Amino acid sequence: MLIRVPKQSTLSENNVTDEAVYRERRSVLKQLGYVGASSLLASTVPLSFAAQAKSTTFQTRPLDFSTSNRASITEKLTPESKVISHNNFYEFGAQKHEPVENAQNFQVNPWQLTISGEVEKPFTLDYEQLFNQYNLEERIYRLRCVEAWSMVIPWLGFQLSEVIKQAKPTSKAKFVAFETLHDPDQMPGQKNRFLGGGIKYPYVEGLRIDEAMNPLSILSVGLYGKTLPAQNGAPIRLVVPWKYGFKSIKSIVSIKLVERMPPTTWNILAPQEYGFYANVNPEVDHPRWSQASERRLTSGGLFSRNRIKTQMFNGYAEEVADMYKGMNLRKNY
Amino acid sequence: MQLFRQNKTILLKTVIHCLCLSICSYMYWMAIGDNLGSDPVKEIIHFTGMSTLNVLLLTLLVSPTAKLLKQPWLMQVRRLLGLYAFFFALLHVLNFLFFELQFDFSLFVDEIIDRPYITLGMAAFVIITLLAITSLNSIKRRMGKSWQTLHNYVYLLVLLVCIHFYWSVKSDITEPVIYFLLLFMLLYHRKTKFKRWLKR
Ligand code: HEM
Repeated sequence: MLIRVPKQSTLSENNVTDEAVYRERRSVLKQLGYVGASSLLASTVPLSFAAQAKSTTFQTRPLDFSTSNRASITEKLTPESKVISHNNFYEFGAQKHEPVENAQNFQVNPWQLTISGEVEKPFTLDYEQLFNQYNLEERIYRLRCVEAWSMVIPWLGFQLSEVIKQAKPTSKAKFVAFETLHDPDQMPGQKNRFLGGGIKYPYVEGLRIDEAMNPLSILSVGLYGKTLPAQNGAPIRLVVPWKYGFKSIKSIVSIKLVERMPPTTWNILAPQEYGFYANVNPEVDHPRWSQASERRLTSGGLFSRNRIKTQMFNGYAEEVADMYKGMNLRKNY
Repeated sequence: MQLFRQNKTILLKTVIHCLCLSICSYMYWMAIGDNLGSDPVKEIIHFTGMSTLNVLLLTLLVSPTAKLLKQPWLMQVRRLLGLYAFFFALLHVLNFLFFELQFDFSLFVDEIIDRPYITLGMAAFVIITLLAITSLNSIKRRMGKSWQTLHNYVYLLVLLVCIHFYWSVKSDITEPVIYFLLLFMLLYHRKTKFKRWLKR
């Protein structure tokens, strides 16, 4: 296991001013009416600021956490402003700038997360318990999207294994099935298939039990020192850094231990394209994207040279490769 | 009267230049300064792709509009619009190579071969390039009748682009479907022309 304590500087240098400047510029441009004009030519221009300004913002609060930083990495962080405005969260819109626009009124308190299924002691966590039952740790992980872009994000959370152990799984517990909240009144993408990208809701995901128990698998309740913004999957989400981002299901209401491999959302939609395992693998291309390299989103505009080679298991081979020994990873994509 | 007609054309052409160039410079300015969303590279590729398609459709709208409004002078801006479509297409491809693939030429070739949507995009790009080159008056004159034959490929071009767009999206196909409908309407409007081709 890789244990590294990153310098505090990697955390602080990055973002507070960045974000303020970013917002200010966008507001000036909005006043000039430019954002509207450019959409004459291309309707896909992000209009996020316009929408952000009119809705109330989702409240986040600082969290207490330890910086034991197990398996954290020291690569340059993706600025917070990008982490919270470039999201795949189809419940709030299928384009990456839409969740930040549509999720600001999301109510997460009260919340209920149930742990059930093949366990001796099923239990439920309410909103406050998500933050006070387990020691919160900061983990700086790479996040690799199947669309061939990646980020480096300082998550706050605890190991999924702690929660599972607490429920005392039976011998039948072979897989773990996760489910996102289903609430079409709050999640416009679930109500309107045009906004929601035509996927089936609620969003479901799954892991093999050994994957779920791996120390790298965490349930995250925050990022950049604060509780999760709505668009990043508040109040609690999964983070499995050696798999493509879509495995890291957001706004979880149910964790169920099961005997058979559970269905997973993208696999249901396009089984040839998205498998159950979805381990980051530079050698196995997705029909739509070469997976050999990726663009790392940090700060820097059009000219930043951000294309890097993708690493096997997203650079976490040392921690996870053992689980897949003897498995054909081309077949089990 | 002659003078007025010329002025109208010049005015409209000026408006087209100003709109295309100002919007384009603004988008690049934003992208270079990292103010165009979180992934300026993707945004600029989408912007140039959508702009090509939109300007192409506008180009195809010129002749029906001129006929409908009985304003034949409008035809004089058609070539300019077509060239702007080519301009955006060129930016689109170059941006893909420069900023998305960052000059990885072997990956560029692989992508053209391996990704059906990029194969089609490339076919479309070859067509639009030919159309742009042959729009020069001197070449046009020398080509005689074959010029029209070649430029009829504009319909195939738009069709390829619509499929390219449709295949490039992950799951939400609303927008490409709208473009297919627009294309269909434009083609339907020219149905007599297509019937004539078929008879020949
Ligand atoms: C006349 C030629 C072309 C036109 C009109 C065109 C148009 C478009 C359009 C409308 C989109 C969708 C943008 C969006 O979703 O907002 C697109 C996406 C794209 N096109 Fe093209 N395209 C052309 C040629 C090409 C070529 C030759 C290439 C590459 C060699 C290419 C690469 C791409 C890529 C990478 C995307 C983005 C896919 C993604 O979302 O990741 N295109 N194009």
